[in-house]
Amino acid sequence: MHRYLLRRLVEGVITVWFIATATFFAMHLVPGDPLLNDKAVPKEIRANLEQHYGLDQPLPVQYLRYLGQMVRGDFGISFTQKNRAVNDIIREHFPVSASLGLVALAIAAAGGILWGALTARYRGRWPDALIMLGVIVAISVPGFVVAALAQLAIVELNRLAGRSLLPVAGWGEWRHFVVPALVLGLGTMAYLTRLMRSSMLEVIHADYIRTARAKGLGEARIFFRHQLRNAILPVITVLGPAVAAITTGGFVIELVFAIPGLGRYFVQAVQQLDYTVIMGTTVFYGAFLVFMVIAIDILYGFIDPRIRVG
Amino acid sequence: MAGPLAADDFLPLPPQPAMERAVRPSRSYWQDGWRRLRQNRSAFAALGLVLGLLLFALAGPLLWPVDPAAQDLEQLSRPPTLGERALLVDLSSEWSGTPAAESEVGAPLPAARLGRSSALSVVGSPTSQSVRLQWQAVPGARGYILYRTDHPPMEGDDLGLPLVRIIGGSEVSHEDRLNPQPGRHYYSVVATDGVDEADGYRTLAVEVQLGLTLDEARRRGHELPAGASVTLAPHPLGTDYLGRDLLARLIHGARISLFIGLTAPLLSIVIGAFYGGVAGYLGGRTDALLMRFADFVVALPFLLFMILFRIGFGIGPGESGIAPLLLAMVLLGWPGTARLVRGQILRIREEGYVQAARLMGAGTPYLVLRHMLPNTMGVILVSLTFAVPSAIFTEAFLSFIGMGVAPPTPSWGSMCNDGIKTMLTHPHELLFPALVISLTVLAFNLLGDGLRDALDARLRGRE
Repeated sequence: MHRYLLRRLVEGVITVWFIATATFFAMHLVPGDPLLNDKAVPKEIRANLEQHYGLDQPLPVQYLRYLGQMVRGDFGISFTQKNRAVNDIIREHFPVSASLGLVALAIAAAGGILWGALTARYRGRWPDALIMLGVIVAISVPGFVVAALAQLAIVELNRLAGRSLLPVAGWGEWRHFVVPALVLGLGTMAYLTRLMRSSMLEVIHADYIRTARAKGLGEARIFFRHQLRNAILPVITVLGPAVAAITTGGFVIELVFAIPGLGRYFVQAVQQLDYTVIMGTTVFYGAFLVFMVIAIDILYGFIDPRIRVG
Repeated sequence: MAGPLAADDFLPLPPQPAMERAVRPSRSYWQDGWRRLRQNRSAFAALGLVLGLLLFALAGPLLWPVDPAAQDLEQLSRPPTLGERALLVDLSSEWSGTPAAESEVGAPLPAARLGRSSALSVVGSPTSQSVRLQWQAVPGARGYILYRTDHPPMEGDDLGLPLVRIIGGSEVSHEDRLNPQPGRHYYSVVATDGVDEADGYRTLAVEVQLGLTLDEARRRGHELPAGASVTLAPHPLGTDYLGRDLLARLIHGARISLFIGLTAPLLSIVIGAFYGGVAGYLGGRTDALLMRFADFVVALPFLLFMILFRIGFGIGPGESGIAPLLLAMVLLGWPGTARLVRGQILRIREEGYVQAARLMGAGTPYLVLRHMLPNTMGVILVSLTFAVPSAIFTEAFLSFIGMGVAPPTPSWGSMCNDGIKTMLTHPHELLFPALVISLTVLAFNLLGDGLRDALDARLRGRE
């Protein structure tokens, strides 16, 4: 177990290094540089600035220097937002993205498991058809369209109620969470519903279910204790990719609902070619996703001892 | 049977037709798959929908030869119409209504004591070129303020910004030429004492119809007098905020979106199949090394790199940005297929028929072309169908955040991006592109489900 864990961690670190390297060189291939955003500056000042930021060095030197800085946990200072450390930007805005993502993930997981179990239980009957129709619609409509429609719905709701029940956009209190998290989790929920359905259909015909029934267990007990608990296992394996899907999906939601998350900063940084912010956010997100997947794999081993490795 | 074997014992037997007749007609893998697909009603309908969409993109410009970039500034953000009627309006001379008599106005009064106008009416036909209003003078007023709103005002504060301030108590008419959009507008008039406004106001709902100036009509080839009406070009799906025909943009956007949505997965699948095939076939250390690299590429934050690449490859002025988008999608999209194909190849390599073929002296090209490739085709096709919706989503998303196809090239994603800004007032601009994206993705998802059921041998016999 320890050796397995160690191997996974080493692999994770190499992956993060690869991400950092690929981002660094891809970013420097982009024509222009962050200093071009300012007004035209005299040659001397420009040379001074380049020296200040270390941009006058050859690329490999810059790369090694950055790598050294990164290993010490310092992502540098933003080019466009003067005097703001990338670490501060991440510290300030990642919790926003993360909390939104976490709520969305919780909604997606709970909804997916519930709907999936229901479709399997009522297979071929109207609840199954209805839910699967909802799933196919949720998968087919782009996230930003759902977000826009949700905003329209909020406007109508507020108009009907005659007062502001839910805010259309913004950030601050729990009411800002509700709709964006729901919209963000929708796609993943649909995916998990499908997965849960097929997993549940396999479990329903398992021998131990027949045994349980033969023993005379009640239907509710069979459903919750024997079917649901066993069918959930495959759903947990895809939580890693689901976290990735929700983080990237968060970009759109943050843009549409004007939420001050990290995704918005990244898009902005790329447009302004803010080297340090691009590197910081990409490496941070990359590391987050890589170690999330590892954590879920290990978690899976605890939940299902049959597949525990090492 | 006794005696040694002679050389002619090894000659093939002459064909014996009677022995080859099987009980049932034999079906190839693809024939069987096609039969299964046809039985799956929703997948078959989805196939029809996909073909219909392709036809829409390919033949659309022939059936609806409207330039997607042509603007009609008289018809901005108009809802679907089959040829709107427009009234010709003569704007060559200014209109001034009838001023009120001095006796009606009387001595000036402070704002607090001013009443509201007793009548507000429209003179002539209200059009988007001009709305002529005339109202009853308020005794004691030194001027008037005119407001225009889209909703009936609920209280005094709800009037918004003034349309015009009129000085002089006897000036009781105004011609609104500030381009009122066709539709219902609410004009409100408030009396003032020259500085402050009175509390009371008179509101009139005006149904404004589309108008065209005589000059504009002449430019469009209508030599008709003012008051006549002409039929404008039809826009079955309406126009966007720049007055461009939405149907034409949807057709041309389909060409872009479907081109990207089909080409990007196709290219990444060709590359991925080759990469995975080589890895699976060679096996051993090469395989481990190649697949580790693929794992790294998978671990890259997809969207972040998409945006980086998209900007890195850059687009010059006047370019549509399709090539950098495609390149970015292919560079990041291939590992999925590579893994899939490698797994298949590893499995097939150990199959009995491949061993048999190898024993009989088949070379590598024969094995790959005759056995491995055809046997992975089904899996590849299924993953292609599922890759199309995600490619369409990616294109739409990147265009939505303004990093996809560059304007004015229409794509479904960029149309959604435009439409979302006017969503509250003109929902049709978002609705139609969103609808075709959803329909396309739905069709490919259903088709993918059907193909997987029809072609994937592992799932045979399961529900």
